[in-house]
This record gives sequence, C-alpha cells and structure tokens, in this order.
Amino acid sequence: MPKITYIDSQGNEKIIDVKNGLTVMEGAIQNNVPGIDADCGGSMACATCHVYVKEEWLNKLEKIEDAEQDMLDMAFEPKKNSRLSCQIIVKEELDGLVVNTPSKQT
Amino acid sequence: MIKTDVVIVGAGPVGLFAVHQLGIIGLKSEVIDNLDKAGGQCIELYPDKPIYDIPAIPVCTGEELTKNLLKQIKPFKTNFHFNERVQEISNQNNNWIVKTNKNKIFSSANIIIAGGVGSFEPRKLPLKEAEKYEEKSIFYSVRDKNKFKDKKISIFGGGDSALDWALELSKTSKVTLIHRRDEFRGSEHTFNEVKKLEKQGKLNIKTKFQLASIEGDKNIKFITIKNDEEKIIKIETDYILSFFGLVMKLGPIAEWGLNLDKKHIPVDSEKFQTNKKGIFAIGDICTYPGKIKLILSGFHEAALAARACFKNARPNEIYKFQFTTSSKEIQERLGIKTK
Ligand SMILES: Cc1cc2nc3c(=O)[nH]c(=O)nc-3n(C[C@H](O)[C@H](O)[C@H](O)COP(=O)(O)OP(=O)(O)OC[C@H]3O[C@@H](n4cnc5c(N)ncnc54)[C@H](O)[C@@H]3O)c2cc1C
Ligand code: FES
Repeated sequence: MPKITYIDSQGNEKIIDVKNGLTVMEGAIQNNVPGIDADCGGSMACATCHVYVKEEWLNKLEKIEDAEQDMLDMAFEPKKNSRLSCQIIVKEELDGLVVNTPSKQT
Repeated sequence: MIKTDVVIVGAGPVGLFAVHQLGIIGLKSEVIDNLDKAGGQCIELYPDKPIYDIPAIPVCTGEELTKNLLKQIKPFKTNFHFNERVQEISNQNNNWIVKTNKNKIFSSANIIIAGGVGSFEPRKLPLKEAEKYEEKSIFYSVRDKNKFKDKKISIFGGGDSALDWALELSKTSKVTLIHRRDEFRGSEHTFNEVKKLEKQGKLNIKTKFQLASIEGDKNIKFITIKNDEEKIIKIETDYILSFFGLVMKLGPIAEWGLNLDKKHIPVDSEKFQTNKKGIFAIGDICTYPGKIKLILSGFHEAALAARACFKNARPNEIYKFQFTTSSKEIQERLGIKTK
C-alpha cells in the first residue's frame, strides 16, 4: 500500500498507508489525520481539503483541472503547489507522496 | 414569540422535506436558515449540476430539486426565516425556546436540526487584523452600494461577485481588483468588460497577487499585496470587498449541549432523536451506524422524525398511519379537492 506523509503546519508528521484508489483526502479522514476538513465529502465544492504538495511530487500528479483551480481560488492561502486532496487519487506511483496541510482550512 | 409545533433549523433539501412530512400529519413548522434562500448545498454549491439518484427522478439539477421541494410544500404555507442563524436553544417548561441572531424567538415542543454541515457563512479574509475591520472597512457582501461612492476600493476574488462589483463600483470609485491568478472563473462577458475598463484606465487589475497586510487605525488606510516572487505592492484603500464564496460553519450548533461526534450529531435510527428529548437531527448533520450522506437518506429520516414529533406536539392525540393516496384528511391538508 502506498505510504502518504501528511505534515501539519506545526511540522508534525503522520505517515499513513492509504489503499490504492482512495483519495489523499479520504486517507486523512479515515485515519483521523488533522488539518483536512473535507466539508463537501470530496465533491470539489468546499476547498477545505486543501494541501500543499511537496514540489518534487507536483508533476507526478494528474494535471490540475480548471474546476479544481476555481475551487482553489477560495482556499485558505493558496500557493503554487496547492491542490485539493480529494482530487488526488492514490496509486503505486504515489508511494512516498508528501503533503503539507495549511494552518487552517477556512 | 412565535409558537409552532416544530422549529426546523436549515432549509436544505432535508429540512424542506421535513416540512412536508410534518404537514401531511397536521403539524405546523417554521423554518430558519442563514442563507437568503432555500436549498442548502443544492442551491449554494451545485445549482446547475445534475443529480441522478433521487428516487423516481432520473435526473434533476440542484436548483430543480429545490424548486420541486418548495412546490410540494406550498400547500402548508410555511414561514421561512431567511438570513437568520439559530443561535441559542433553551428549555422552558418542557418547551424548547429557540433564538436567532436577529433576536427572533420561537417556542415549540420539537426542534428538527437539518443543518447539513453547518450554516453557510462568507469565507473570511485569512489575516487576523481583518476581524477588527469587519463591517467597518471590510465587507463580504454589498448591501448599500452608495457607501462605496467616491472611495478607494480593493476587491478580492475571481468569481462573478468580484467581477460584477468591480464593474459596478468602478463607475463611481477607484477600484483595484486583486486575484491570485490570471484566469477568472466568473462569466467571460463580464471579464471582458472589466478588461476593457482596465485598458481605459478606469480600473486596476492585479493578478497573481494575494493580500499580505492591512494597515490603518480605526479605518483601513492601505493594504499590501504580494505575489509568489514576494514582490510587494502598497494600495491605498478605504474599503475591502472580499468574495471568496461561502463556507459551512457548525458554529452555534456545537454549543447547544448536544452530543457531537466530530461535526455530526449522533441520533438513534428509530426517531432520529439526539441526546435531548424533542430535539431531532436529520440529513447530513446526523450520524448513526450505517449513515450515508445522501438526500434520499435524509428524506427517510425526515419521515420518521416527523412522526416522533407528533407525540410531543399532540400528547393527547393518537397518531394514525395513513397513505396520501387514500386519506381524505391528508388530501385536505394538501388542498386537494376530493369528491
Ligand atoms: C457538489 C455536490 C454534489 C452532490 N451530489 C449529490 C447527489 O448526486 N445525490 C445526493 O443524494 N446527494 C448529493 N450531495 C449531497 C447533498 O447535497 C446533501 O446530502 C444534502 O444537501 C444534505 O441536505 P441537508 O438538508 O441535510 O443539509 P444542507 O443541504 O447542508 O442544508 C443545511 C442548511 O442548514 C443551514 N443551517 C445550518 N446551521 C444553521 C443555523 N444554526 N441557523 C440557520 N441555518 C443553519 C445552512 O445554511 C444550510 O442552508 C452532493 C453534495 C455536493 C456538495
Ligand atoms: S473535500 Fe470539498 S473540495 Fe475536496
């Protein structure tokens, strides 16, 4: 199972085994990783699952869609490496992915 | 004080169907929602998106579903209290007293909380200083545009609200529109209009910038914005308008003494009652073993909670199960003329 590392804004790190096919958001919610709210349950309507993806992983992810960019406009302090974790589907190639959660989601 | 059989918190699809289920068994309800309209997530988050899993409706949009629910409850002439947040709940002689942030007070034997993921509130600016200027120099909606005449206004956002107000206010004021990227998600037509004004020097656009600081004393004097390259620009500003959509905040619901499991209210799956007698929770906000956050589950929960409300609202009457197809009583309540 791919290992996903979630680092919160204080630097606390959690490494979670996330099943292929789940999203990075679901990996966090199901394992009580704090820092991701996911109020809309993954339907790309809330931007409260916002994460910063470690630079070297950015181009390994599926390309960001317009609708995701639109939602990211509303996220808390978006940056160049911002993504919505409900849109990142875990697969073997993402084993080792590191994401940082923002200091808050709203 | 408004007396009723059931106070419903939330006018999302589930709250609306609760009105129906209460109405057909003869109970009156009053509905309160912090939004300015009915429909909850369906109307606020996905009015134009199709829903495919409402029983017997192969497809409808969030807006169509809302309209049809409103049509279905029309006969009950229910009062809606929009733009009001339910703030406090207390118990007086076995009756629940419900108070809104606009100090409207309700008294009722039952409360049905159909609050979804919480009340919709504008997404606030990320800076701490923003709080102290709120409703003075910082606004999340425009109620009276005259206030902004002949002023220096910084507008944040990339959607229709930001573009529309940039266009409108630039007629009378000095407007700077600030957005985090070059692409705007608002309507192309408005965007082109805004671009035209920029070319004519009637409005400033700063893209790839975000708010960095707010400076002032009682009122804002200027703001600074910065881009990814840490370039900082100072903009003289009287008012900030910020349009980053809405977020759902559990807010006051967490302070009513109800058991909470993360952001959900645990209920039994017979009556959908919370840990307090006469307070029910249905729809996205409730949780129980096997709960799925679907509109159809919320409808079922509304049907059962409504029957449980009957016992509290009419302690001396006996609830009779009847079909809408064959019950004259129900059809009368629905305003249907029977022979
Ligand atoms: C993009 C998207 C697509 C979806 N697609 C589907 C689908 O295809 N099928 C499906 O079944 N479901 C779908 N859903 C889920 C569905 O929309 C929800 O299950 C449904 O809206 C829940 O209804 P509700 O009435 O419980 O809550 P909501 O719709 O969340 O409504 C709750 C209302 O309560 C108000 N409120 C809360 N607290 C207070 C307070 N203290 N005072 C005043 N008002 C308050 C809020 O302002 C809000 O209007 C989708 C959701 C999203 C975001
Ligand atoms: S969970 Fe809402 S946008 Fe990802």
